[in-house]
Amino acid sequence: MGEPGTKAPLSLEELEAATGLRTGRTHVLSILVENRPGVLTRIAGLFARRGFNIETLSVGPTADERFSRITLTVDGAVHPIDQVTKQLHKLINVLKIRDLEPEATVSRELALFKVACEGPTRSEVLEFAEIFRGRVVDTTKRSLTIEVTGAAEKVEAFERAVRPYGLVEMMRTGEIAMSRGRAET
Amino acid sequence: MRAVDAVMECLVAEGVDVVFGLPGGANLPTYDAFYDAGIRHVLVRHEAGGGHAAEGYAKATGKVGVAFATSGPGATNLVTPIADAMMDSVPTVFITGQVRTELLGTDGFQEADTIGITMPIVKHSFMIQHPVEIPRMIHEAFHIARSGRPGPVLVDIPQDLSRGEIDYEPAVADVRLPGYQPTTDGNQKQIRQAANALAAARRPVIYAGGGVINANASAELLELATADRFPVTCTLMGLGGFPGTHAQWLGMLGMHGTRTANYAMDGADLICAVGARFDDRVTGKLKEFAPHAKFIHIDIDPAEISKNVPAHIPIVGDARNVLHKLVSEYRATGADPARLDDWWAQIERWRADHPLRYEDSADSEIKPQYLVQALYEATGGEAIIVSDVGQHQMWSAQYYHFARPRQWINSGGLGTMGFGLPAAMGAKIGRPDDTVCVIAGDGSIQMNAQELSTCVEEEIPVKVFIMNNGYLGMVRQWQELFWDHRYSHVEMGNHPDFVKLAEAHGATGLRLTDKRSLVDDMRTAIATPGTVVVDVRVTREENTYPMIAPGAAARDMVG
Repeated sequence: MGEPGTKAPLSLEELEAATGLRTGRTHVLSILVENRPGVLTRIAGLFARRGFNIETLSVGPTADERFSRITLTVDGAVHPIDQVTKQLHKLINVLKIRDLEPEATVSRELALFKVACEGPTRSEVLEFAEIFRGRVVDTTKRSLTIEVTGAAEKVEAFERAVRPYGLVEMMRTGEIAMSRGRAET
Repeated sequence: MRAVDAVMECLVAEGVDVVFGLPGGANLPTYDAFYDAGIRHVLVRHEAGGGHAAEGYAKATGKVGVAFATSGPGATNLVTPIADAMMDSVPTVFITGQVRTELLGTDGFQEADTIGITMPIVKHSFMIQHPVEIPRMIHEAFHIARSGRPGPVLVDIPQDLSRGEIDYEPAVADVRLPGYQPTTDGNQKQIRQAANALAAARRPVIYAGGGVINANASAELLELATADRFPVTCTLMGLGGFPGTHAQWLGMLGMHGTRTANYAMDGADLICAVGARFDDRVTGKLKEFAPHAKFIHIDIDPAEISKNVPAHIPIVGDARNVLHKLVSEYRATGADPARLDDWWAQIERWRADHPLRYEDSADSEIKPQYLVQALYEATGGEAIIVSDVGQHQMWSAQYYHFARPRQWINSGGLGTMGFGLPAAMGAKIGRPDDTVCVIAGDGSIQMNAQELSTCVEEEIPVKVFIMNNGYLGMVRQWQELFWDHRYSHVEMGNHPDFVKLAEAHGATGLRLTDKRSLVDDMRTAIATPGTVVVDVRVTREENTYPMIAPGAAARDMVG
């Protein structure tokens, strides 16, 4: 209802209930779009307008230069995701949308960790890097920079492992995901 | 030729016969090309007027309405009409000038990020980046605007690109957009299921919206309704989609709909929604909306289906196609019309107990409802009525019994005050043989009253009836009913003098205050050549009833 039919003030609890703070599993949407300026803005704008928070976002070229692939993850219950994919379909530049099922999807992201480590802790950090099949890509006397790839859970696990040593910074690309099997995503 | 000359070729190829607009710096090239394009141009006094005129033209004719504006303020003045066209699914193309490319992003004179500002309120938009793209994009714009669920499309052309020299091949209207293929046919299995559900229903209601008008599906709607004795109600946007004098007509539904229509929705066991979107003005409290009903939902836009109310039988498709098939599927079921006898008996009781009513004055005072009834009589129910937004809009919807589609033109979704006069201008140009009357409020009319000069200069003989109560009436009503009579800034006072205002613009101005001669006086006004403004003084504090109070269920209507 657009306008209030009562003078009564609205408690914050009521406001939150009415706006429906949503929780649910994370959805990975794989969106094939025309490779044109402004397309990402349209998609981001649509999410903002419908009150959805994009958790991760990754954009890149596809095998066909006319198209780009946007992979984004959102937290939401199934119903509003359905509404958002329908709304996304209405964008003229959007060709295809897949709400990827986790069990039928291979997903990866890349992360860089800069860890402060001097003396004895250095070998412990290197050990973790090995366990997680990480690669040391830069090193100084007082730090190690480690590259880790994998599913989001693996990246997060590595973060938990090295954080106690002093995480100077961390950068993540956001997930890209591809459906399993022979067919196109 | 110059790209702008190609734009004109495109407009001609698209069948455009009128453009509403206002020139400025950045669209000087466009206007130069227009000089000998052979298309009528209506010079509006404000770009918002041009935008709404394009909408009125589109709503009256079903063709794409076109408006031009320059960059910066010209384009931002179009924002309201664009949003309005989006909400009401009006096929429109807006062509705006933009600063030359070297100035883009530099805060150049009259620069605004038109594409960015309008992105959430357009069906699609094109930022021209190379002159050769222009013809193709103009054709794509028209295709997108008119097909599927119609809507506004914006084309923003930097002025240097518009002067680019290009080769133009007369385009065949063959637009291919890989990401845009609206479903128009409707799934046959679903349609059969819908027919079976209708055949089994004991308390069915057909609930039709603006989609029926957009799809030119009113004949098919009538056919479906009369394939049995299905009761029909329409949304504000759907009025005229079903004859307002038909025996199966329940009246409009929703916040200010008839009790019969709202009670029927409340009691229905099956609701067949056609081109309607379960807006909050229709449903009232969503949780208590039509609690016993199953829903068939026919819509061209898949995103509307199950957006507000989960559909049991969704059908994505063009209303005309789907209804046509549904009628034959329904006839094949051989349903027994007698099963609806009890339902009709109930509906007749509601009709008898709760007709639309108001307390008429004992003297010469003009009740606002009577104004609409008098206009209905004076025009023989045949005029195109273009409304502004507010109480007068609801009374017009209630008391003018629209007989045919495109006879009722208003701003439903966005609720834009100031829509009426410019939209009527567009409607009159599109339908020159029809009488076009505006019903406006004294608040609404002032939001685009400058277009009176346009009407006079361009010889557009619209008849404007101002329902003058000296208030922003709908807001006053809410303050009275729900905010303890605290009238906060709703009183408009006695100015302007609308008769003098009309005369200043070169129109005829009249003032009517006597109920007893109102019908005749209205006939005189309508017969007066040229643009006529009639200031009708009505009861100051009249409320629009019946009403579903905010947050209430339909069965709890008041008034």
